[in-house]
Amino acid sequence: MNTLFFAWQYLWARPMGAALNVLLLSLGLASITFLLLVGAQLSKAFDRDLAGIDVVVGAKGSPMQLILSGVLHIDVPPGNVPLKAVRELEKHPMVSSIIPISLGDSLQGFRIVGTSHAYLEHYQATVAQGALWTQPLQVVLGATVARKLGLQLGNTFAGAHGLGGGGHMHDDSAYTVIGILEPSGSVLDRLILTDTASVWKVHEDYTAAPDDTAEDRKAMEDDREITMALVKYRTPMAAMSFPRYVNTSTEMQAAAPALEITRLLSMLGLGTDVLRAFAGVLLLTAGLSVFIALWSAVRERKADLALLRMLGAPPAKVAALLLCEALWLGVLASVVGLLLGQAFTGALAWLLQLDNSLLIGGMVWPLQLWVVPCLALGVSLVSALLPTVAAYRVSVLELLQSR
Amino acid sequence: MIQTRALEYAYPGGAALIFPDIDVAQGGVLLLSGPSGCGKSTWLALVAGLVAPTSGEVTVASQPLSALKKIAGDAWRARAIGFLPQKLHLTQALTVFQNLALAQWAAGVPEDAARIQATLQALDVAELAKRKPNQLSGGQAQRVALARAVLLQPQVILADEPTASLDDETAADAVALLLSTASARKATLVIATHDARVAQAIPLKNNDQIGFQPLHLKRRQLSNT
Repeated sequence: MNTLFFAWQYLWARPMGAALNVLLLSLGLASITFLLLVGAQLSKAFDRDLAGIDVVVGAKGSPMQLILSGVLHIDVPPGNVPLKAVRELEKHPMVSSIIPISLGDSLQGFRIVGTSHAYLEHYQATVAQGALWTQPLQVVLGATVARKLGLQLGNTFAGAHGLGGGGHMHDDSAYTVIGILEPSGSVLDRLILTDTASVWKVHEDYTAAPDDTAEDRKAMEDDREITMALVKYRTPMAAMSFPRYVNTSTEMQAAAPALEITRLLSMLGLGTDVLRAFAGVLLLTAGLSVFIALWSAVRERKADLALLRMLGAPPAKVAALLLCEALWLGVLASVVGLLLGQAFTGALAWLLQLDNSLLIGGMVWPLQLWVVPCLALGVSLVSALLPTVAAYRVSVLELLQSR
Repeated sequence: MIQTRALEYAYPGGAALIFPDIDVAQGGVLLLSGPSGCGKSTWLALVAGLVAPTSGEVTVASQPLSALKKIAGDAWRARAIGFLPQKLHLTQALTVFQNLALAQWAAGVPEDAARIQATLQALDVAELAKRKPNQLSGGQAQRVALARAVLLQPQVILADEPTASLDDETAADAVALLLSTASARKATLVIATHDARVAQAIPLKNNDQIGFQPLHLKRRQLSNT
């Protein structure tokens, strides 16, 4: 039996008080864990999905909307752009490569994205089953989509018009599942990927009249559109001039993901500041409560502590006993707080269905999370400071005179 | 075993206590009596090395206490002095066994379960080892506290008002237990009390044999400096 053992016994000699303090500390720590987790997962999701995309070109409108819809796939796109105009951009000397993105249809809330194989290569996706599409109306499912919808190779389905659920069903053009991707942790996990041509085919079949001639079809082909293009630069210098060129010389707009996300995060900043302040107040209260508990423990146990001195314990040993009690509080609160915070995050992700989009929701341990145990120990040890000094100074004479 | 010379202690407030010189032999019994406020507690604290005298010298087991530094003093006290406080102060959060283990921890000696069991056995409370102090009767609790006091085989046992809360019969038993425990361990026993029953409980005819001597402190010895 050692100092930690005795401190543990002393702590639980008053179970209600100890539990209350652990709870108070845990709540503050859980709030901080929650903030850290959400922040870390969001920025991880942003970093991962935005990596390597220098600029997004799409219809004029809100640049942030363009990024949210085209890169993170959490908003609707501002509109479409002519395929011809994008083909022109591809020839621009500053452009290294272009990934086309066509949105419009979905399956039970999962987006059907018309694109090229380059999109999968960009996120280094690998095929778990089957193969990539070779012709229109073949689809490759992201890992999450396959799991949630229970689709397998060879299954067919019709897409619904629109990005939410409940749009018109394109019953006449059925997609066939030809491949399923390995989980990549990127946005691809929750997308249904197909050839750009599939999207045209589905919608042209829908708008085409039975008596359309070949010329009518040809005219439709000239009018073909895509939703946006993800552009990689040939040189970083392009960031200076290319967006301005697009914005002034074409019907389209160019939005830089890095810039827009920074803007988004600074808008969210106020909300997280409020939450952080709230967590701070909670922690402060908890610290105060720990202080009061330990202070009254020293007062109550003054004679017991004095007896330890009488039994030969040096003052430092008596003080260490109290400090260890605070240490236990900190350790317990860390564990409970971290678990609670993880549970909050998981519950939020589940409630808002964010595990389909941004939050991972499961148990993760980003490096910043080490702040939580440090904070817990810091708060409990600082709160224990004065009581510890009081324990250090406990006078044995008081024991003899406590009659 | 205990020797005091020209012992004086002044409280920070100004009142000073002057104690008569005394010599207690090894195995002897000192009955420290007097009304409350006469300085019994202070005398115990001085002999235990818990406070330094204003002047004079205490020697316990050939060790002049003024020569002990603070930490060394704590270690010395752990081994040389067994203390039975009036209110026992058994730690409620711990079992009887753990209370004795706490004493070994406080003294900075390795935990010795066999020694703890043997000590509890010697005081007839071995079967209570797993109980919490609040599950003990008054007499049992006193035996446990005495076990804790003699655990490290001290040469001196200081008992502070050991009969204060006991009825006549148990008071006599408590004194007898103290005397027999001290003599079995050849330890010098000091009983500080204002309870007249303690003196009555000490078998008069064996006074010489057990080396009994009284030290009566009077309140008059409290004087202003």
